[in-house]
Amino acid sequence: MSFFQEKQTKLNGITVHTVKTDKYKTNTLVLKMMAPLKKENVTKRAILPFILQRATERFRTTGELRNHLDELYGASLFADLSKKGENQIITFRMEVANEKFLSEKTPLLEEAISLLSDILLRPLLKGSAFDDGIVKEEIRTLKQRIQAAYDDKMRYSNLRLVQEMCKNEPYALHVNGEKDQADDLTAENVYEYYQQVLKEDKLDLYLIGDFKEAAAGEMVKKYFDFSANTHAYPETEQASKQHVEEKEVIEEEDVKQGKLNIGYRTNCLYNDDSYFALQVFNGIFGGFSHSKLFINVREKASLAYYAASRVESHKGLLMVMSGIEVGNYDQAVSIIKEQMAAMKNGDFTDDDLNQTKGVIRNQLLETIDTSYGLSEILYQNVAANSERTFDELLDGISHVTKEEVVESASKIELDTIYFLKGKGAQNNG
Amino acid sequence: MGKPIQFEQLQEELYHEKMDNGLNVYVLPKKGFNKTYATFTTKYGSIDNEFVPLGQEEMKKVPDGIAHFLEHKLFEKEDGDVFQQFGKQGASSNAFTSFTRTAYLFSSTSDAEKNLETLIDFVQEPYFTEKSVEKEKGIIGQEINMYDDNPDWRLYFGLIENMYEKHPVKIDIAGTVESISHITKDLLYECYHTFYHPSNMLLFVTGPVDPERVLKQVRENQKKKTFEEPQTIKRPELSEKAEVDKKDEKLPMNVQSSKCLVGIKAKETGLSGEELLKKELTANLVLDVLFGKSSSHFQTMYSNGLIDDTFSYDYTEEETFGFAMIGGDTDQPEELAKQTKEILFKAREEGVDQERLNTAIKKRIGAFLRSVNSPEYIANQFTRYAFNDMNLFDVVPVLEQITKQDADALLQQFADEKQMTVFTVVPKKEDK
Repeated sequence: MSFFQEKQTKLNGITVHTVKTDKYKTNTLVLKMMAPLKKENVTKRAILPFILQRATERFRTTGELRNHLDELYGASLFADLSKKGENQIITFRMEVANEKFLSEKTPLLEEAISLLSDILLRPLLKGSAFDDGIVKEEIRTLKQRIQAAYDDKMRYSNLRLVQEMCKNEPYALHVNGEKDQADDLTAENVYEYYQQVLKEDKLDLYLIGDFKEAAAGEMVKKYFDFSANTHAYPETEQASKQHVEEKEVIEEEDVKQGKLNIGYRTNCLYNDDSYFALQVFNGIFGGFSHSKLFINVREKASLAYYAASRVESHKGLLMVMSGIEVGNYDQAVSIIKEQMAAMKNGDFTDDDLNQTKGVIRNQLLETIDTSYGLSEILYQNVAANSERTFDELLDGISHVTKEEVVESASKIELDTIYFLKGKGAQNNG
Repeated sequence: MGKPIQFEQLQEELYHEKMDNGLNVYVLPKKGFNKTYATFTTKYGSIDNEFVPLGQEEMKKVPDGIAHFLEHKLFEKEDGDVFQQFGKQGASSNAFTSFTRTAYLFSSTSDAEKNLETLIDFVQEPYFTEKSVEKEKGIIGQEINMYDDNPDWRLYFGLIENMYEKHPVKIDIAGTVESISHITKDLLYECYHTFYHPSNMLLFVTGPVDPERVLKQVRENQKKKTFEEPQTIKRPELSEKAEVDKKDEKLPMNVQSSKCLVGIKAKETGLSGEELLKKELTANLVLDVLFGKSSSHFQTMYSNGLIDDTFSYDYTEEETFGFAMIGGDTDQPEELAKQTKEILFKAREEGVDQERLNTAIKKRIGAFLRSVNSPEYIANQFTRYAFNDMNLFDVVPVLEQITKQDADALLQQFADEKQMTVFTVVPKKEDK
């Protein structure tokens, strides 16, 4: 049995993916735009979606555009940025009520497709540039967004780990761009970059919901009517794996709780055969509440409220994170190292293995219960240039053996330990 | 099993049964979904720090944070941790404590029946020891420290503290490291027996399930257990002055930019049922008309650099407290607070724009359809609504009834300087 059917068509340089399902009360559109992470473009790219969603030829002010969304029964529109491997991805996400649940029969899906295409292709222009006022406002917001990462210490310590660990690799760049580049952005140079984006980005559009596929296809064709792009992808600029040397970085901030983040190199990427074993490894090691990190750092030693790990599938990293008392640093690090050693030694049971596979399967099935989760899972293939179906993913996980988990553990190397040391509780309260 | 309640427009059916011991059980089948999601919730939250324990006469005050502590401890059993049990059954489980509720939940894509049995049993079979209570203090201490470092959380609670003088809603849900040090196993049992009676609880199951089988399973499970006769839980009268307690507070923290919230304390509370539902929805519509992204006020404040995309607003009301919060990150907190208040005062004079109100209603209907895609949302909100005698599925019909008169009347209560307060987190100056 298949959980869903994904149909793909190429259209003017966009790959359109449709999944027809009557699970939701809404229809979802997700537009993904991928380009390599590059220092010279990272900030322009970070601001671009926020400029685009401000105004279009048709809706010349943000008020008009937002009002139009409200009129479409509160269609939602979000832009965000993410990294997959050495790529920087822009995502536009729209969700609109399916009119079959409304007494008024407005053609909401067509309106949504039309609006999304306007945002991408028909932005508000002043001469041959974006609107200068909008660009200035978005520069200010961008700077605040970059700054905000420093205020949430959990995010901040993770960011610092990545910066230290991936020095000299594009991955060290922040997805929201660099603050010192923000002031150099202009209505002209971002517009110029935008034209390059239209020509070179890899574009994928997901349509998920209960609609007539042929009709939806026609709508996409009608509204996304731009000349085919020649996207320079796949560039497969492989993460250069250098010689890994363990390092420790300790910094001090005025916080109550210390943040311990440890980065490992997994030497395994999404499209490798050993990817399944790595996922199972992570599940036993630190992915869940039955994992070694949770049990040993939190439940047994009572050192932390959270202690977990996650895999960066497209970059080949494994990240451990925990919040601890400053004085417990050595103990926490040594417990985490012991758990890694235990994994390498195959010190886990068949029960651990099977339980973890069950929980991962559960997690994958739950993810596809939301339209956004479904689009994210499907996009993994695009980002990795692979063609793994969802059933193959489930199957792959279920066939992982203990030997394969140990094998994938043996390839994992400790790279950087980052500790954001608090100054303690004395000046608080 | 009775006939389900039909929600034709939404194409949903809801099954309900009240068990002999008073437990309310609801089942909402969701075809096509992989996930079964169930919540088992008691009407007991952080505000319940004073009550008459079951079988006693006198009011008793318990340590702050005990409801949350109890939530943590319920997962531990003689033979290990229930997290592990769920994990073995392919499920993930969790729990949360709010001001008024404690909810336990699991989600799984297989063995729903077994997981449901585990959920009901673990919540109904407490096992606390002195040793495990002591150990938990370390973990929760770290949880408290984590929240203490979180500027948004401090901002949120700072604002509530400004609003309330005595009401326990002002106390942090997890308590403090000091308050939880007084928690003992006996106190946990006392709270447990008072608040975890089936008649004070609600079980909600949604997913690809057969409602008849779920109800039968719960019925049989409950028959095997004995409970004391249900009693009305005696809680103190939470007297609280109408106006806010403090007008303006600042908290220096290790942040780059300021965060500012304007709060409006609800003048009259004590509503329930449709009245409460209508008031809460009306308040949110008014905020949307005045501060939503399509409003001229939002646009002006954004263009002037007063707000960024963290700006938001919300209104929530329960039986004994209610408040609105408006704000976000800003470089000019004073100016933001001033303009936010002025917008409210002006709206009080002029009333809301009829057309904008209609659009806001449309927007909210669409948002409701979006949220009923989510089993988590349905279960959690349905429970919250039910504890206030409201029905989640009345949201759309009630929205459609809301008029300009309702919105304007609400603004008369709302836009009152005496009800307003401001809390700001500001960057700490170098303390050298």
